[in-house]
Amino acid sequence: MIVLEIEGLSCIRGHRVLFRDMSLSLKAGSLLSLEGPNGAGKTSLLRLIAGFLQPAAGTIRLRTNEITAADPDERAALIGWLGHQDAVKPQMSVREQLVFWISLYGGGRDPCGAMTAFGLAALADVPGQYLSAGQKRRLALARLTLCGRPLWLLDEPFAALDTSGKALVAKTVSAHCAAGGLAVAATHEPLGLSCETLRLGVAS
Amino acid sequence: MTPFLALLVRDIRLAMRAGGGAALALAFFAAVVTLVPLAVGPDLKLLARIAGGVLWVAAVLAALLSLDRLFQADFEDGSLDLIALAPLPLELSAFAKTAAHWLATGLPLTVLSALLAVLFDLPAKGTGALVLSLLIGTPAVSSIGAVGAALTLSIRRGGLILPLIVLPLLAPAVIFGSGAVLAALDAAPNGSLLFLAAFSLLAVLLSPFAAAASVRLNLAA
Repeated sequence: MIVLEIEGLSCIRGHRVLFRDMSLSLKAGSLLSLEGPNGAGKTSLLRLIAGFLQPAAGTIRLRTNEITAADPDERAALIGWLGHQDAVKPQMSVREQLVFWISLYGGGRDPCGAMTAFGLAALADVPGQYLSAGQKRRLALARLTLCGRPLWLLDEPFAALDTSGKALVAKTVSAHCAAGGLAVAATHEPLGLSCETLRLGVAS
Repeated sequence: MTPFLALLVRDIRLAMRAGGGAALALAFFAAVVTLVPLAVGPDLKLLARIAGGVLWVAAVLAALLSLDRLFQADFEDGSLDLIALAPLPLELSAFAKTAAHWLATGLPLTVLSALLAVLFDLPAKGTGALVLSLLIGTPAVSSIGAVGAALTLSIRRGGLILPLIVLPLLAPAVIFGSGAVLAALDAAPNGSLLFLAAFSLLAVLLSPFAAAASVRLNLAA
């Protein structure tokens, strides 16, 4: 059980107001799609929720059965991050990278299942530098599922993926939400899933 | 494996592999140090006197060579966001990365210095003091360098600014480090190593907090 609550959130970037007085509440199992033109503040909102950016005003709260996390350090423990960059190291093999992130995130999970699910099983020993952009994206998605966090923040999850990859993202995200997780996705393409939609950059 | 160890081992691995910079730093150190006796000429007395200073300056410059990428590489490919969200406090992550830099660069430089001291006809007691001073002092180089690396991580070509920030702060390490070698040569102990140890401890202790704060600042940019 996890709930995301945003109250009166304002974001100012480089003296420009991206949005003002935004409030929303998302319950476990829901998926929020952030839409809007380039520069509307989709990534900024994700970075605000993740705690990388400080809001100009307003509060962001994550509530679970056990805790209410309001400050960024507490929220961090609940967040799974898929940035627009893939964070793939050219010198490390696919398996090495997944094993590293699993240990860093403190889970005793086995990377094999995720590698198979994301079509990386045959690439397990291939260094990151030989992966295509789509394969790197798949690796980033596999890492996201292995980190075991309840709130997923996805920045352009479909970037560089082929048709089967996109279907895989939709399947993974809907499975995550069905299991009581929560996801916020900034995207220019329709997710192909039932979701709530927040349009940014319409006002002002 | 604990999160701290995982990050430490991963950073050491990256440093050792192609493009990691550990081997580059060692080669740079050896090349610079080898040039000095060729430039100064075969005055063995003079060479022994300047050995401590030359090796210390070269070690600091060599360490700086691989320091600028300490956080920048992870910042550019998005890994730093993920590291910041990991259960490991950012201070400990910074400490793990600094320790990895020291293990992959500072420690090998220290070992190599014993070999390069031969080029300067440095007597055994001088070599002992040199190795000991580098062993005690290079953690300070990695630590203070890490703060500089964290401050400049979002600056393009930040590697050029890094030495300007870090070198003045490392002056005490160079003074006490090379001072310890001279003291050993003159058989006149002057406490240089103790001052160096105090400086190094302070740097190692404070650097994770300063580096983590700088990383947070840059992630928010």
